[in-house]
Amino acid sequence: MGVEGIGARVVRKEDKRFITGKGRYVDDIKLQGMTHAHFIRSPHAHARVKGIDSSAALKMPGVVAVLTGQEIVDDKVGNLICGWAITSKDGSPMKMGAWPAMAPETVRFVGQAVAVVIAESKNLARDAAEAVVVSYEELPAVADVHAAIKSGAPQLHPEAPGNQVYDWVIGDEGATDAAFAKAANVVKLDVTNNRLAPNAMEPRAAIADYDAAEEHFTLYTTSQNPHVARLVLSAFYNIAPEHKLRVIAPDVGGGFGSKIFIYPEEMVALWASKKVGRPVKWTGDRTEAFLTDAHGRDHVTHAEMAFDANNKITGLKVKTYANFGAYMSLFSSSVPTYLYATLLSGQYNIPAIHAEVVGVYTNTTPVDAYRGAGRPEASYLIERLMETAARQLNVDPAALRRTNFITQFPHQTPVIMAYDTGDFNASLDAAMKAIDYAGFAARKAKAKADGKLRGIGVSCYIEACGIAPSKAVGSLGAGVGLWESAEVRVNPVGTIEILTGSHSHGQGHETTFCQLVAERLGVPISQVSIVHGDTDKVQFGMGTYGSRSAAVGLTAILKAMEKMESKAKKIAAHALEASEGDIVIENGEFKVAGTDKAIAFPMVALAAYTAHNLPDGMEPGLKESAFYDPTNFTFPAGAYICELEVDPGTGKTSFVNFVAADDFGRLINPMIVEGQVHGGLAQGIGQALLEHAIYDASGQPVTASFMDYSMPRADDLPSFNLSHTTTLCPGNPLGIKGCGEAGAIGASAAVINAITDAIGKNNLEMPATPDRVWRTIHAA
Amino acid sequence: MYQTIYHRPSSVDEAVSLFAKGSEAKFLAGGQTLLPVMKQRLASPSDVIDLGKIKELQGVELSGDVLTIKAGTTYFDIMQNADVKKAIPAIAYLTSVLGDPAVRYRGTIGGSIANNDPAADYPAALLALGATVKTNTRSIAAEDFFQGLFTTALEDGEIITAVSFPVPAKAGYEKMRHPASRFALTAVFVAQMKSGEIRVAATGASQSGVMRVPAIETALKANWSPAAIDGVSISASNLLADIHGTAEYRANLIKVMAQRAVAAAS
Repeated sequence: MGVEGIGARVVRKEDKRFITGKGRYVDDIKLQGMTHAHFIRSPHAHARVKGIDSSAALKMPGVVAVLTGQEIVDDKVGNLICGWAITSKDGSPMKMGAWPAMAPETVRFVGQAVAVVIAESKNLARDAAEAVVVSYEELPAVADVHAAIKSGAPQLHPEAPGNQVYDWVIGDEGATDAAFAKAANVVKLDVTNNRLAPNAMEPRAAIADYDAAEEHFTLYTTSQNPHVARLVLSAFYNIAPEHKLRVIAPDVGGGFGSKIFIYPEEMVALWASKKVGRPVKWTGDRTEAFLTDAHGRDHVTHAEMAFDANNKITGLKVKTYANFGAYMSLFSSSVPTYLYATLLSGQYNIPAIHAEVVGVYTNTTPVDAYRGAGRPEASYLIERLMETAARQLNVDPAALRRTNFITQFPHQTPVIMAYDTGDFNASLDAAMKAIDYAGFAARKAKAKADGKLRGIGVSCYIEACGIAPSKAVGSLGAGVGLWESAEVRVNPVGTIEILTGSHSHGQGHETTFCQLVAERLGVPISQVSIVHGDTDKVQFGMGTYGSRSAAVGLTAILKAMEKMESKAKKIAAHALEASEGDIVIENGEFKVAGTDKAIAFPMVALAAYTAHNLPDGMEPGLKESAFYDPTNFTFPAGAYICELEVDPGTGKTSFVNFVAADDFGRLINPMIVEGQVHGGLAQGIGQALLEHAIYDASGQPVTASFMDYSMPRADDLPSFNLSHTTTLCPGNPLGIKGCGEAGAIGASAAVINAITDAIGKNNLEMPATPDRVWRTIHAA
Repeated sequence: MYQTIYHRPSSVDEAVSLFAKGSEAKFLAGGQTLLPVMKQRLASPSDVIDLGKIKELQGVELSGDVLTIKAGTTYFDIMQNADVKKAIPAIAYLTSVLGDPAVRYRGTIGGSIANNDPAADYPAALLALGATVKTNTRSIAAEDFFQGLFTTALEDGEIITAVSFPVPAKAGYEKMRHPASRFALTAVFVAQMKSGEIRVAATGASQSGVMRVPAIETALKANWSPAAIDGVSISASNLLADIHGTAEYRANLIKVMAQRAVAAAS
């Protein structure tokens, strides 16, 4: 490893522009003649749109147009799609209602747009929006998943009777029932995985610019995957063919999954820019973010786990109701199925698993992938079950986990996944040592003497990342392949541009991806730039989500680098009159091994472009590209242990220690990895203690601002004690597993297991607010 | 935000006369409530009269047994002030747990009490200490000043100029922070006055805003100690209930916060 190579703690190149205010976000972009959009949104959770009177608004100063849902339907802009087909247990395809970009007839959640005002300024658009009179006929609404499936419940979509999208199963029901029939012990648990609002720091935004002469659109948008946005906008929404649509995702201030999806606002901006003949900008505010960014989680689950007399798990039964909100968002269908139920084996040998997932419509904001996406829900369920089992079976929770750990790899679970490698005992050992697990009993006794309830909670998570092999996900219903592409452009002076389909919106790609180049060529990272986020520059890309950018995106870069290096070696060998096989790359030079003959990399690059003296038949230039499709998911795993105290007077939780021992395979930049874990843990702890997107029974959101929705702050969190154990991923040449979601996946169970240990009561839902903990302590 | 006319007077008299001229004028102190409300278009004052540059509204004075804090003094300046720390450290502490640093740099004591949010911190201190609110026209006892949710004795166009606190023998403040807003989910200010009078006020708890807690006052009068409150029963009726705390929880917090405030009192 060089000072800037793989494994080096290189300071992030991109931070200079971010911390000096020089980042360039969508809202920073101003185009000539640009207009501003303000959406008129439904205040009702469920209502029929009876009429829209925009006559007064159209007379107001600066108003360019008022466009309605009926007009976008009349212009044949496509309905929003769900890109992963799920088949119910009876063989029927999932049942979906139409989701137009603006509602022409019926609104189904608070915040759904019915019309848009286009005006000369943002304020004028907002003024005019207040003058647009929308008359609604209110309809009965339902927000709770159990209420929605009851007979007589308000119905959202005629296509989905009983508000049921699908009833999907996985695993072997007969084998699972047989395991339960023979079980020595059965542990049962009901858990709710609370709905979360993603809250990226930068709200969503879009600028659409239609060039009538070229019949060409440019869309600047807050996207984690601009090429996927272009593909969907072209193939399904009838906006423009791909070669007439450029999508640019410049600096993007956080995504956490919420910026994967193509939302109505981008579609409307594109359509409206053609209609009004001028660029149209929309920047959401925080309230719009709460109302319209896809939410995360929202599962209600009953699970049972069977054990034999030796405390070995013999079976697992799960039934989950997943709340999808009012419409099926882009990848929503896959989250509680293939991203959730396929991880229900956790880190454990479970011979038989059967899971059933019922997807349900409610009059709430649509739910889709949010950091972890299905895997936090699976991990939380399994780790709460393991803790519950340890208490019921009266064994040490860590010991119960060890009794059941998978230790032989590869390991085929009963729910599709084939774990490639791992060492679960090693990560649990590291975490237990870091927190002094053995000394906990003494610390608990001392805390008790001080009037505090101290608890410890373990969570051993596993996730499937680096999504994913295209052939595999295709067979499971995915509408896209999940490979990644890259291009290496060496300029004639030897500087290097890496073009990647992996978008960076906080992950630090502009640093880590350079480190691979530094590692291979020995050139400083200042000689390398990373280009991403523009469909006109980058050949293609599937984007950043599912902890895939290093495992898949960086491997694609590696493949392109190998091709480039191969050609460069031929040029060097020719110049040095040596055999290609004798050329080695060291410290920015191409050398003939074992001699002092060498040629600097920039000279090789120059030779490629002057083309004065290339090997016979070689094309000039030094630029290579690659597409990389992984052979399997990667399986990051680890052990988190949380120690905390509960104040019995107030129910307030205070952290004593939080240790995380992760196995991410090879680390490119440990500092950036630690940052990713810190952020993930903050979100996992936020879910456990603070965050909850709540609707009242009529579907009105009650947490639509930071005055009510508790985002974790620095002083809500402990200092994290991080360590790593390493098994290299055999599925990609760099041995990378991915680190972006782990914290959010593993943390919640550790916290709730610790609180329930502290208070001596097992049933406690998230978020474990002081009020809820206090009531649980004092419940009869 | 709707269009408005911004004024920056340099004296209280000028502010009062500007207010009289506006059709629906509003005074702006630290802007921690008015500006967000205006940004959300929930308020549309014709004129915004910024009191922030009026010198006579700034500063802290300690004179004998009276601590006077001018209305325009920011939380940060109150928290840092040597006289406040010396005379009534509970007020310095209360200020240090109010909002976050950004709020503390802008918000003012006058703005806080004029708004009288039912979960604001300062009303508890004023009520428990029996403070006097000074305005450009009169003096109002805290007891009379706070009149329910977001309601005070202030007349239209009346400006708070200062708050005078009698220096107590002992006082303490304990707060359970609202996890999202960082207002008081419930907080209690306890004071033992030099006269021997015991006064206790709770904020964030009652449906009608800041309130005295006579049962705890009686218990502490008999015995100034946390244990004295053990046997007190606080009714949950008429207490606030929301997603962050049931009425029963807030009733419990009144007791627990009072006990801890007594323990912390100095």
